[in-house]
This record gives sequence, C-alpha cells and structure tokens, in this order.
Amino acid sequence: MTEHTEDVSGKPPSLWARILDSDITYSFLRTPSAIIAAAITLLAVGAALLAPWIAPFNPFDPSQISLWDGKLPPAWAEGGQPQYLLGTDNQGRDMLSTILYGGRLSIIVGIAAVCLGMVLGVTLGVISGYFGGMVDAVIMRFADVQLTIPGILLAILINGIGRAALPLEFREEFAIYVVIVAIGLTDWPQFARVTRGATLVEVNKEYVQAARVIDLPGWLIMTRHILPNVMRPVLVLATIGLALAIIAEATLSFLGQGIPPTTPSLGTLIRVGNEFLFSGLWWITFFPAIALVVLVFAVNLLGDWMRDALNPKLR
Amino acid sequence: MLLEIKGLDVDFPTRRGTVKAARAVSLTVEPGEVLGLVGESGAGKSTIGNAIMGLLEKPGRVTAGEIVFQGQDIRGLPEDQMKKIRGDKIGMIFQDPQTSLNPLLTIGEQLVETIQKSLGLREKEAEVRAVELLESVGITHAQTRLKAYPHQFSGGMRQRVVIALALAGDPDLIIADEPTTALDVSIQAQILDLIKGLCRSRNLGVIIVTHDIGVIANIADRVAVMFRGEVVETGTVGQVLGAPKHEYTKSLIAAVPRADRKLDRFTSVDYIEGGAKPFQRIDVQTHWLGQAQDLKSPEGTAINVRNLELGFTLKKAIRRKNRVILKAVDDVSFDIREGETFGLVGESGSGKSTVARCIVRLYAPDGGVIRVMGRDLLTDPRAPETRAAKRSLQMIFQDPYSSLNGRMRVMDIVAEPMRSFGLTSGERETRKIVGDLLDHVGLGAEVALRYPHEFSGGQRQRISIARALASRPRILICDEPTSALDVSVQATILNLLKDLQDELGLTMLFISHDLPVIRQMCDRIAVMKDGRICEVSENEALFSNPSHPYTKHLLDLMPRMDLLQPAVA
Repeated sequence: MTEHTEDVSGKPPSLWARILDSDITYSFLRTPSAIIAAAITLLAVGAALLAPWIAPFNPFDPSQISLWDGKLPPAWAEGGQPQYLLGTDNQGRDMLSTILYGGRLSIIVGIAAVCLGMVLGVTLGVISGYFGGMVDAVIMRFADVQLTIPGILLAILINGIGRAALPLEFREEFAIYVVIVAIGLTDWPQFARVTRGATLVEVNKEYVQAARVIDLPGWLIMTRHILPNVMRPVLVLATIGLALAIIAEATLSFLGQGIPPTTPSLGTLIRVGNEFLFSGLWWITFFPAIALVVLVFAVNLLGDWMRDALNPKLR
Repeated sequence: MLLEIKGLDVDFPTRRGTVKAARAVSLTVEPGEVLGLVGESGAGKSTIGNAIMGLLEKPGRVTAGEIVFQGQDIRGLPEDQMKKIRGDKIGMIFQDPQTSLNPLLTIGEQLVETIQKSLGLREKEAEVRAVELLESVGITHAQTRLKAYPHQFSGGMRQRVVIALALAGDPDLIIADEPTTALDVSIQAQILDLIKGLCRSRNLGVIIVTHDIGVIANIADRVAVMFRGEVVETGTVGQVLGAPKHEYTKSLIAAVPRADRKLDRFTSVDYIEGGAKPFQRIDVQTHWLGQAQDLKSPEGTAINVRNLELGFTLKKAIRRKNRVILKAVDDVSFDIREGETFGLVGESGSGKSTVARCIVRLYAPDGGVIRVMGRDLLTDPRAPETRAAKRSLQMIFQDPYSSLNGRMRVMDIVAEPMRSFGLTSGERETRKIVGDLLDHVGLGAEVALRYPHEFSGGQRQRISIARALASRPRILICDEPTSALDVSVQATILNLLKDLQDELGLTMLFISHDLPVIRQMCDRIAVMKDGRICEVSENEALFSNPSHPYTKHLLDLMPRMDLLQPAVA
C-alpha cells in the first residue's frame, strides 16, 4: 500500500552500513531474548574455543592431575578447595576446566555435524526441487525412509558401523570424526525437505525463467540464482539444528557410544558423573548438565528469534 | 448526508519516519450515490476505507479529523461499538473473493451466521433472508446453492456471495476496495452493474476504491482523486474525467490507454514519474546495441509458429483414457513479421502466456514447429546459428517484483546475458555497457551497485528492460509487461518500449489482457480463447470491424471511456 521508493541516486551504502541498517539488525536490537541468547551463545562459544588459554588446568595433561585431589566438592562447599572452583571429578580433574574443554568438543562436533548435514541436505534439496520428476522422487523417498527411523537410533547405528570399520588403534583418535559423520548423516533429510520446498517456490519465479531464457546452464541457475534465495529458512534450521546436534552428541556420549572419557565432551562428563550421583558427588554430573542446558537453550532461543525475524509472514 | 469525513489525517509511524498516509482528507457520501476513490498505489485510498471501518493496520492511526456517519462521529469509538456499526451499518467488499470467504463453511452457514448476528433473527428466518439476498445479487437456485462451498463457485459468483455477505446486516454504506481487480473483464462488468443496481434500489451509499479509471467511468457518480495521501480533486465523474482541473488528474487521465484510436505516444505523464530521465536516442550505427543488425531472417518473418500444441496433465493416471489433459494451446499458427509489434490478447486462461513460454523454450511443445529468425531452436541446440537465434530472443516478464533476483546487484542482473552469451571483450567493457544501458532506459548508470529492493515497480521494470536489451536482441517478448504497474508508470514504460522499438527496429510480441493497451502498442493483433486463435487482424480493422463474435464480445466489455476528454493528437 505504501511503497517506499528510496532515493536511488548517490553512493550506495557499504556492506557494513547495509547490515547495520537492515531489518534483521533492527529486529535483533529490539528483542531482548535474542540479545541475551546471542550473548550467552557467544560467551559459551568464546569460552569453549579459548579453553586452552583461560581454563585454570589442562585436564588432559597427566602432570597437572593428582588423584589425591579427586572427588573434591565445589569451592564454597565444605571440604572444597579454592583452586577447584566447581570441584574435581573422580580422577582429580578440575570440573571447570573439563567443562570448558568438554564444551569445546561439544560445540565443534555440533557445528561440524550441522555443516555436513546442511551441505548434503541443501545440495540434494536444490537438485530435487529444480529437476523434479524422477530425481525428486528418488531423493525425497530416501529422505522419507530415513525420517521414519528415529534420528538417535540411526546415529547410533552409523556410529557403530563407523567404529567397527576403523582399526582398533585409530578408534579413540577418530571417534570424534565418526560422531560428526553419524550426526551429520542423520540430519540431512530436514535440510533437504526445507530446501526443496523453498526451491519449488523459487523455480516458478520469473527471475529463474529469465535466466533460462538466456540459456544459462542448470548448475549456474541453481548456484547463482536459487541457492542464495533459499538460504534464509536453511539458516534458521541450521541454528535450531545446532542445538539438536549438540544434544545428539551428548546423547551418544552419554550412552558410551560417542567421545571417549579420555577426551570427554559434555555428554561424556555427564555419563561419568552419573555413576557418582547417588554417592552424593552431585557436582560431577550437575555442572556439565547445567552447561549443556544453558548452551542448548540459548542456541534454541536464537533460532526461534531468527525464524520470526526472517519470516515476513510472521512479522 | 450519510457520511462526512472532515480533515482526516492518518499516520503510519515506521522506523524510517512517519508515513503520512492521509492528509486533511475531506469527503462526503449521500445515500444512493457511488463515490469513486481513485488513485495509484500508495496514494492512501485503501487507508481511507480502512479508517472509516476502524480497521487500520497497526501501527497506523488517525491523528486528526472527524468521521461523521449518520450524524455520529465514529472516529475512535470503542471496539465493541465499532463492531456493531461494521456489521449493521457499513458493509465491506474486499478485492479477493478467494480469501474473503471461509473455505470450510458453506455459503449458507456463513450468510445465516452473519444475518443472525446482525439482525437478531432466528435461524429459519435468517435462512429465508439469505436466499433473498443471494437472489438479489443474481445467484440463481439460491436455495440449493446455500449448501455449496466457496470452491464450488467461480470467481465472479464468489464475489457476488461476498457482496451478499456485505449486505447481510442491511447496511447503509458499502465500502468496496478494488472489488473487480481480481476478476476478468467480462465478470468485472457484471459485478459493477450489480453494485450500481443495489446502490440505486436500496438507496445505499457506496464508496468504491480503485486504481482503475475505467471502473470509475462505469460506476461512479462522483469522484475523488487521491495523490500522495491528499484528495487533489473532487467532482462529478463527467467533470473530473472530462475536464480535469488538477495537474495530477490531467496527467493521470492522459496516461490511461484509450481504445478509440491509436496514438504515437502517451502524452504529458511527467507529473508523476518526474524522476525518469527523458529518452536519449543513441547512434544505432556506432553504438554497441546496434551491432546485432547482421542477424536477418529469411522472408522477413521474425517468428513463425505452426500448429503449436501443448497440453497440461491435470490428472495423472497410468491408463491413457483416465488421464485428464487440458489443452492450453491448441493448433496455434501465426507469423510475426520483422519489425512489427504483434499483439496477443485474451482473458486469463486463454493460453496466450503459454504460447510465449513455448517460444522462449520455457515449455516444450507437444506438437508443432516454432521458428525464430528462420531456425527451429529445439533441433541442434548447440549449433552457433541456434545460439545466435536464441540470443536474438528476449523476454520481459509481468511481475517486476519476482523477475529480478533480489540477491544480485543491478550490475550483475543486467550483465548476466552479456556474460552468458560472451558478447563483450571483458569485464571493463561489460561494466561500461551496463552503465550505458541503465542510462538508456532512464535510470542512470549510478544505480548499478544497488539491489532490486531499493527500486519501485516501474524502475524495476526498467531494469528488466535493460537486462533484456543486454543480449542485443532482435525480438522482445513482452508478457503483460505493465499489468502489475500503476497507470502512469505503465504509460512511461510503454513509451520507453515504443522508443526502443523505433530506435533499434525490434520485433515485439506483446501479450496483454488489456485491449486498450494492445490498441496503443500493436500493429497486428491475434485474439485467443481457450487455447485457439479466433482471429488475426490489423489493429485498425480489429477495433473498427471485428470479424469473430468473441472479439466483438470482448470489445463490448471494454470499460466505456467516452467520458474522457478528447485525445490530444
């Protein structure tokens, strides 16, 4: 109804100015939950990535671990020691340091798995939506079949096969990559579905037809024209998917199928601590669990906001 | 006096400052009178209708003025009282009959519910009344139709039901917001007649909000012309359309395509699109754009279509006889001579766009042959001659909002055909030519680094045209290039197309549902109906002496424009 015709003479704004001026930034600055979520996420990611520099101890360095200090409660509790702020685990590792290092693993695995699933799913989704017909039918039936199997079961299956295929001496070393592949491979159908849906809408738009009229090859139409226009819903899904991937990794590790206890992730820490829960050593499982919950919650909130902000229908 | 609006101001506060959607608007409506509220997009005409109903979209609000309805100021009444007025006193008809009816309820349920709510009748009585209402809006077998669902009605019938719904509370005022924009011409005429008849027989006041001067000419008693939130001119329909006083109204009416005779160009439309630069001719002999003249077709026919056929499968089935196929194009043949503008006209669903899409290879035909510059583009697609023929063919699409990739800069959008066909010696030359082209279509080279969303519809269509020119085409296929645009913008775009054709000697296939536009643009015209061509005639002959009955029918349905001031030749 009211059409904004902005002044198009003069210098076009720089990329940075465009980002600052965009509706997304505007919406972000006016959504307190999004700002808090982003702050927590950034803090968590920052702390995790900087773990080697900011953690008080290196839990993987045997020279810094003393079994004498094992099972100490948090610093403020009775019997706690000031240098171990959140206490120590059964092997005498500082909880705070192991959480930082564990969170680092969890986040890296989550991001890598989502990237894998996203690349795979988006590629197949765009191809599926663009070509339609048999190609579409085959790809999407594959996705449907996979979606009938609960994700975590499939991840356990792929993870198990991956581990069994590796020679024994590499198992621990490559466990993290196996987990990434396992979660990534369970993730792709979601991405494929969303991308295919968006592609079907875009393919019928006139700019795609205009590209066909000038005889542009199909792969160029897909990468140059369709891909940038379907990325919005994919980014939303990726954010929410990151939270899910972190949980999936934690679940795998909790079940003893994921990251080994020598280099523990948050899930591994929770599992290890779980054994001591009923002997009153609550902090070994409690703090990693809290860290996991806060991290996932913040990422989820961010994803929720993004979905609202990027979807013009909900605005 | 039924309704009097005095000095109404409506503001829409946005993050980029307040949009003044209406400024000091004053209007009156008498019972038994149709007031036409006309203006282009963004003029604020729908805002007025919504403000009266108290249905302004957030964050819009009325900041000054009075809305006096039957002697009572209804501005700022509490929502529950407004609801009562909306149901009982003021009815509203919306643009799209698809979305203003609930698809899950029968027509009867929706009508009876509304009648019961506003008139307080019992169900049986309300049903009787519903039947009466449906009959009064021209729906036959009303009693049985009560049990039908909206999808069982055609678009025109649905709009009749919407009108019946608006009448359900026995209102005194009807506000119709673009009631016929979503409908075909033949149905538009019937709906307008119906609204006018109801206005007279029930002594209703009607406000009809539209962008279409033709609608106004046919139905309104008085007209208010809106421009940028202000009413610039009010008067009887004869005075405003026949002898407009305000400069804006004059230029608006000059921009309306007329069917009575063909003009060289549209005159004096510069009041509205002041921003566009005047068309500068280029030296065709030396300019880059002129260097494609070498491509000549044998026998002087640019496009040659023979026995074209295409069916869409509506229902798939393994057994052939169970399939349902819609013949979108059925045995269509025509020739387009080099340098002429060939018009293809028909109502929606007649297959005219499908023909164009077959020519540019977006659809593969089931049968028949299409030759462009003497070559069949489907045989031997990799040969250099075929590439050249493909390059000579370009298309301009209908919707300027979806025909440009929003993620690309204007520069890359326009340069894409050049890069794809390898028409320039390098990036430097490409950039220079893109600047030239943008200048040539009246935008200026400096817009190259911007993104499409920064431009208005008309400016976007200019970008589309610059892109189409970038492959140095000999043939332009224009598929309803202006039907998404305001009438004044339409005039400037049509002028630009005419200028370009003159200058470059382009052949054009011009597709439109709008006969007056076709009349102004084309040399020869083909009329399509249900996938077939009814007749092909010269422009003058078609309008003065149509030979096919369907053409006559279409011509009869054209909005009467004899009220308009005589054309200045």
